[in-house]
Amino acid sequence: MKVAFSTSGNTLNAPLDRRFGRAPKFLVYDTETEIFDVVDNEQNLNAPQGAGIQSAQTVAGTGAGHLVTGHCGPKAFKVLQAAGIKIYTAEAATVADALKLFLSGTLKPAGTADVEGHWV
Amino acid sequence: MILAVASGKGGTGKTTVSANLARVAGQHVQLLDCDVEEPNAHLFLKGTLHSREEVCVPVPRIDDSLCTGCGECSSFCRFHAIASLDTGAIVFPELCHGCGGCSLVCPEKAITEQGHRIGVVETFQTGGIILIQGKLDIGVSMAPPLIRAAKARLSRGTSAILDAPPGTSCPVITTIRDADLVILVTEPTPFGLHDLKLAVDMVRELKIPHGVVINRVGAGDGRTRVYCRENRIPVLMEIPDDREIAQAYSRGELIVDALPAYRRPFENLLSKSLEFHLSSTRSERHADLRI
Repeated sequence: MKVAFSTSGNTLNAPLDRRFGRAPKFLVYDTETEIFDVVDNEQNLNAPQGAGIQSAQTVAGTGAGHLVTGHCGPKAFKVLQAAGIKIYTAEAATVADALKLFLSGTLKPAGTADVEGHWV
Repeated sequence: MILAVASGKGGTGKTTVSANLARVAGQHVQLLDCDVEEPNAHLFLKGTLHSREEVCVPVPRIDDSLCTGCGECSSFCRFHAIASLDTGAIVFPELCHGCGGCSLVCPEKAITEQGHRIGVVETFQTGGIILIQGKLDIGVSMAPPLIRAAKARLSRGTSAILDAPPGTSCPVITTIRDADLVILVTEPTPFGLHDLKLAVDMVRELKIPHGVVINRVGAGDGRTRVYCRENRIPVLMEIPDDREIAQAYSRGELIVDALPAYRRPFENLLSKSLEFHLSSTRSERHADLRI
């Protein structure tokens, strides 16, 4: 099972980025092999619009079935949902902390976007 | 002549200048309200609605039975209006600029286009003035296609005054592009001057002759006038900071109707603009116009 985390760094000790669409990177952790990959998302930092959509597509492309992030807007939510990815919002400081929360089962999948889009 | 009225800062008096100019121009003039997010010229020029037309942009419709989820469309779209997944593609019409590129790059020919309504263009007849206004639907953020649709309703051969939105971004460029002259309305405050400089950079880049109207003179300081002199930008009119103007405005009245003393200054602005246009056509368009 693969879990994606929004982050600004390359390691498990890197901060969990509160933003989904404009997170610089995604860390994708495989719970079976306990190995992770880091996927670049820099292209979206300066996107004029649709950063969440593009990020959701990137996460879907990693094969992750779960996403742990700070906040998720409506358009990204729609794409992630269509891709069958479960979304969790967490307050964790680092990816490692967020991973611990995820593995312990305390995070509940979000049923809707938790923030508004920027174009509504 | 196509005369555009723009500004950097909002609320400096673009609509005041546009509507009063249209009134003193008298017969056979078109006034285009291009501030499609909040058109307000109609508040000052009450007329009868002549026509209302819907404006649509073409957005992609994807045939799920043909789509293979290859991602060509979404990687082409710089506005991220399409997301591609293994299972197919998802379209976000509100982000689409209607360029049609996705349907061209789709190898499966799975994309056709359908109209997505963004607003209306309304035409009013009010005295000798034809008022054309674009009105963007609530929730729509794409002003330029609607502004282009409003401008397409202009009849050639009749003078037009274009009331631009504030700022210096795409909707303003769409409005003032192909204007013969741009009047930049500002106020003599640090904020007004700061944004005037941005607006001047914009019209210079577009190589459109331009002059300045300073509104609410007496309220701020003299730096705007100094800036215009140093940069050889003609100040075409100064409107004083007059409480009676504000009162007329608050009642939805034109200055030239409510306060006849201002009729002549607006007529002068019109004739100066006309002369300026003629002289700049003669000396060819030049970014740094010297007069």
